[in-house]
Amino acid sequence: MMGGFLSRLVDGIPARGLILLGVLLVALIAAPLFAGSYLLTVLILILYFAYIGQAWNIMMGFAGQLSLGHALYVGLGAYTAAALYVHFGIGPWIGLLVAVPIAALAGAFIGFLAFRFRVGGVYFAILTIAVAEFARVGFDHLTWTKGSAGLFLPVAQYTHNDLWNLRGHPVMFYYILLTATVLALIGCRALLQSRMGYFWQAIREDEEAARSAGIDTFYYKMVAVVISAGMTSFAGVIYAFFYNNLFPEQVFHISRSIEIILGPIVGGVGTLFGPILGAFILTGLAETLSATLEGLGIDLPGAKQVFYGICLLLVIVALPDGVWPWLRKRIGLTERGS
Amino acid sequence: MPAEVYLNVAVGGVLTGLVYGLMALGLSVIFGVVRVVNFAHGEMMTIAMYIAIVLFATFRIDPLIMLLPIAALLFGLGYVMQAGLINRFITRPEHSQFLLLVAVAIIMINVLLIIFGPDAQNVQTAYSYDSFQIGPLIVDAAKVYAAAAALVVTAALFAFFRYTHIGTAIRACADNYTGALVVGLDVKRLYALTFGLGSACVGAAGTMLLLIFDVTPAAGPAYTLLAFVIVITGGLGSMPGALLGGILIGLTEAMAGLMFSPSAKSMFAFGILVLVLLFRPQGIMGKRAA
Repeated sequence: MMGGFLSRLVDGIPARGLILLGVLLVALIAAPLFAGSYLLTVLILILYFAYIGQAWNIMMGFAGQLSLGHALYVGLGAYTAAALYVHFGIGPWIGLLVAVPIAALAGAFIGFLAFRFRVGGVYFAILTIAVAEFARVGFDHLTWTKGSAGLFLPVAQYTHNDLWNLRGHPVMFYYILLTATVLALIGCRALLQSRMGYFWQAIREDEEAARSAGIDTFYYKMVAVVISAGMTSFAGVIYAFFYNNLFPEQVFHISRSIEIILGPIVGGVGTLFGPILGAFILTGLAETLSATLEGLGIDLPGAKQVFYGICLLLVIVALPDGVWPWLRKRIGLTERGS
Repeated sequence: MPAEVYLNVAVGGVLTGLVYGLMALGLSVIFGVVRVVNFAHGEMMTIAMYIAIVLFATFRIDPLIMLLPIAALLFGLGYVMQAGLINRFITRPEHSQFLLLVAVAIIMINVLLIIFGPDAQNVQTAYSYDSFQIGPLIVDAAKVYAAAAALVVTAALFAFFRYTHIGTAIRACADNYTGALVVGLDVKRLYALTFGLGSACVGAAGTMLLLIFDVTPAAGPAYTLLAFVIVITGGLGSMPGALLGGILIGLTEAMAGLMFSPSAKSMFAFGILVLVLLFRPQGIMGKRAA
């Protein structure tokens, strides 16, 4: 049973691809042994975006529903778990049991409204922004979560890593996010190969045709949104306990939503490895730019973002399908049958 | 609170809303014809606002006079963007266009930040603190001028699309892309012209809005969102709809700011957007899309 699942999971991936993936995984597992605290922070950021990028990719890359408001699910996850911890002392793993359903419900709400009334394409994308912005201003005025003054988690010196309450060294967060990213990759692969995965791709390519073929498009689009929202909220919980402070202006802001989706678009929308590669490229690019400008002694606010924007522009003009589909061909890793 | 306060705020909201409407009209024209959502719309407007600030600081030219030159500059910017960059993206998927314009927006915001710094700037004209009194009503002169200018520009755009050859040709591209190609229209050039016109609207609106609000480099995304809200509320692609949406949103923001808190005003605008998307997804004035 398990063996069947595993062999199905890797079926069609060239052996070289599996080896490369294995090498990358081993390198990432070993990384904290060698990385200094700066590099570790960068790696945490990369894994964070790699994980959320995969969650977003389920909705957009697999099912073709463009969400520009994923900060909503990050924020709901973060605020739910943090508020439960601050007000009732409920730990994050129990909080997760509340946070994920809340985010999934929010996703279901948006999906239900949009898909019921046949709101699609650009209109759907703008609806997702609108709900996220609504939440941002709403949380600014919600006194239970301290409004715009920000919600702070108590920080103390911990002598050991408390995995149960997510209090401890960044290395702990690193391994949690690494595990989440790997599980997400496996989950996405399994989803994409499932019956539902094929239905999603049919909807993505031509929704009318999919409906004519008897696919319940409403149901399958709903499932995509709910899975994506729920997965994203987990990253929000980690965010809250890693940074220990939450401000609606930061967590729910539209620029957070944009950050989330840049990785998968640059990496390759709809591909499995694209969101992970995109996270490495973009976070790596941002950090390299910071270091370079610092090295050159340029201390100009905005300079880094200008270069970042130009790089983004060049990538999207040169490689419209993203980096991974191009790179995959260059290193000879095209999947059989796709 | 006395009724006059509500009335004063309402009139102020409607006047600001007319300028919003002109800004949104630019977005609507671009989307209606080119079918590309300009995610750098608000950023382009902040560029117009900063050009106005520079011109005012150097030459002391009144924003009302600068309106046309700035609209022309923005027309050029929009034309170049469409001809040089966006035209090759018109057949690409939405997320690809989105990323392109987000990249453009990021560059715009931060170039403004480098040049002008993060602090809010504005212009002080001779009539900045003037007001008209009509019975119990007290209306800011600046808002009246801004709204009047917005109406004039809008009327000129209406006339252009209705009565000129190029305007008719652009409408033909919007109605039927293949048909326009078949009858020999240079669609890519018309797209560039359209993007230029939409940008000119933003240029004019930005110059006018400077009479009413401060500008910061970071203000762009909020204006982009506001333009979306207005255009979808009024009906994407509908020109009167954009104006009506602008008035509605301007009024809503003003009343919400008065009755609740100014910081909560955008929540009401987004609330209206959600309601419109649900009950009349084509917008107030829009025709039902197929």
